[in-house]
Amino acid sequence: MLFPIYWMINVSLTKDTDMRADPPHLLPLDGTLEGYRAVIEQQMPYLGTSLIVGLGTVALTLALSAPAGFALAKLRPKGGGALSFVLLIAQMIPGIIMAMGFYAIYLRLGVLNTVPGLILADSTIAVPFGVLIFTAFMSGIPDELINAALIDGASRWRTFVSVILPVSRNAIVTVSLFAFLWAWSDFVFASTLDGGGDAQPITLGIYQYIGNNNQQWNAIMATAVVASIPATLLLIIAQRYVAAGVTAGAVKD
Amino acid sequence: MAHDVMTRASAAASAQAKAGAGARPPRRRRGAGHWTAWAFLAPVVVYLVAFYAYPLYRNLDLSLRHYTVRSFVQGDAPFSGLDNYRTVFADPTFGPALLHTLVFTFVSIAFQFAIGLALAVFFAQNFRLSATLRALFLVPWLLPLIVSASTWTWMLNSDSGIVNAALELIHVDPVNWLTSPDWALTSVIIANVWIGIPFNLVVLYSGLQAIPADVYEAAAIDGATGWQRFWRITFPLLRPVSAITLLLGLVYTLKVFDIIWIMTKGGPADASTTFATWSYRLSFGNLLPEFGPGAAVGNLLIIMALFFGLLYIRFQRRQA
Repeated sequence: MLFPIYWMINVSLTKDTDMRADPPHLLPLDGTLEGYRAVIEQQMPYLGTSLIVGLGTVALTLALSAPAGFALAKLRPKGGGALSFVLLIAQMIPGIIMAMGFYAIYLRLGVLNTVPGLILADSTIAVPFGVLIFTAFMSGIPDELINAALIDGASRWRTFVSVILPVSRNAIVTVSLFAFLWAWSDFVFASTLDGGGDAQPITLGIYQYIGNNNQQWNAIMATAVVASIPATLLLIIAQRYVAAGVTAGAVKD
Repeated sequence: MAHDVMTRASAAASAQAKAGAGARPPRRRRGAGHWTAWAFLAPVVVYLVAFYAYPLYRNLDLSLRHYTVRSFVQGDAPFSGLDNYRTVFADPTFGPALLHTLVFTFVSIAFQFAIGLALAVFFAQNFRLSATLRALFLVPWLLPLIVSASTWTWMLNSDSGIVNAALELIHVDPVNWLTSPDWALTSVIIANVWIGIPFNLVVLYSGLQAIPADVYEAAAIDGATGWQRFWRITFPLLRPVSAITLLLGLVYTLKVFDIIWIMTKGGPADASTTFATWSYRLSFGNLLPEFGPGAAVGNLLIIMALFFGLLYIRFQRRQA
């Protein structure tokens, strides 16, 4: 299971001249950092774009899904169940089809190849997930907590901001984590909606690298290693949130 | 299970939301609160209409009109009814694409599930380092798909790939994994199975945790062997969790696009084309885009995904 990851790192450190060795060198002895130099020289703008898109997607996703989750979990309006159902269905629509619809709309609006356009599109992956996670989490917050705030004269909005949000930290971390990772690794929206401008994400950086330059696999793999850093870091920092995100509800007790 | 892989987790979460909804306490009185609630929901509702409903409507509209590049920009394409669908059904790619979609989906899921279950049972023994190793096994699932796909592309390279080098050691002739029509589909399935195992592992592992230990103790007293314990206890008790894992896997795997496109572009000679890559190629992969047929293929894919999606929701409801 872990071998391909090792191999990616190994190849990223292999010299061009050893790349076609038969059999391949199993250890990067006598290796090179050429690949990583190429990353620093050529890929930094792509990485920067991905970072902005990732953070923008997280912000938009949280802003939309946290209040909605609160309403569905605690205010329980009529029609809320139907909305949850729609959100569930929304997650099953293939990204490639969303991309086609977006392309037609973006062309008309003139937001093809822009960072905000990509943030909007990427957020469609995370928003339904976010609402459902927040709803699930906030259902577990005791009603007494909210009633106490209301009795003290706080408005619903004030209750949401000062009482609900602070105790929902785990849900906020889980949703942010996934929103960031999905935006960071998105390829479908990037290649259809942002293939032409000068602000392209790292997934396209790697893709074009493979297309133009299929000799320097050490540089391609070095870029891949660098592009994997956010996933690895997030996994180390937030292990239990990852598992929580996957299993939340997929498994009933 | 594509980047969309990434969306794998997303549907998983929905279940809990459902469970929460099922257990709702008696409804409180409505009034001002009702409107406040919808004020909180308004942004998401507007968002859903603008960024889900409208793109889907546009896609449906695309599939029912005859588009050229010019009319696509100007928006005055003539209505052509189901012509695009007829074109798609008559296309020589249709049969192979349907077959590849089904083979890719079912074979991927069978292996992901079997290997994921084996690993989950293995990790359930709680040995030293179990938790750390389990976390490491999540990495393939969190990596950007372009990273996994390009790593596999190089590993499966005919001349310099590690896989053929390993085959040489055991005296098997090298295989043209990505460049031969006989092997391209197998190659993308191998990569997709690798990516999908962690999801199955995590979900099935938490399913195992929920099986009470005393059932096993009772079985041990009755003298059941390890294999019997697995078939008679673990497997049946895990059945609801397995069903949910498999259904989610179906929904995700049907729409896998990135891995196939990055590794083979659906080729050589359509040998690894699925509905997802075919639809993309029609709309974006050629100099002269065929938006109408592309959208038609996409809509067929939606219907397939919704079929399994609704099955999943039904199952989830029944569980609750």
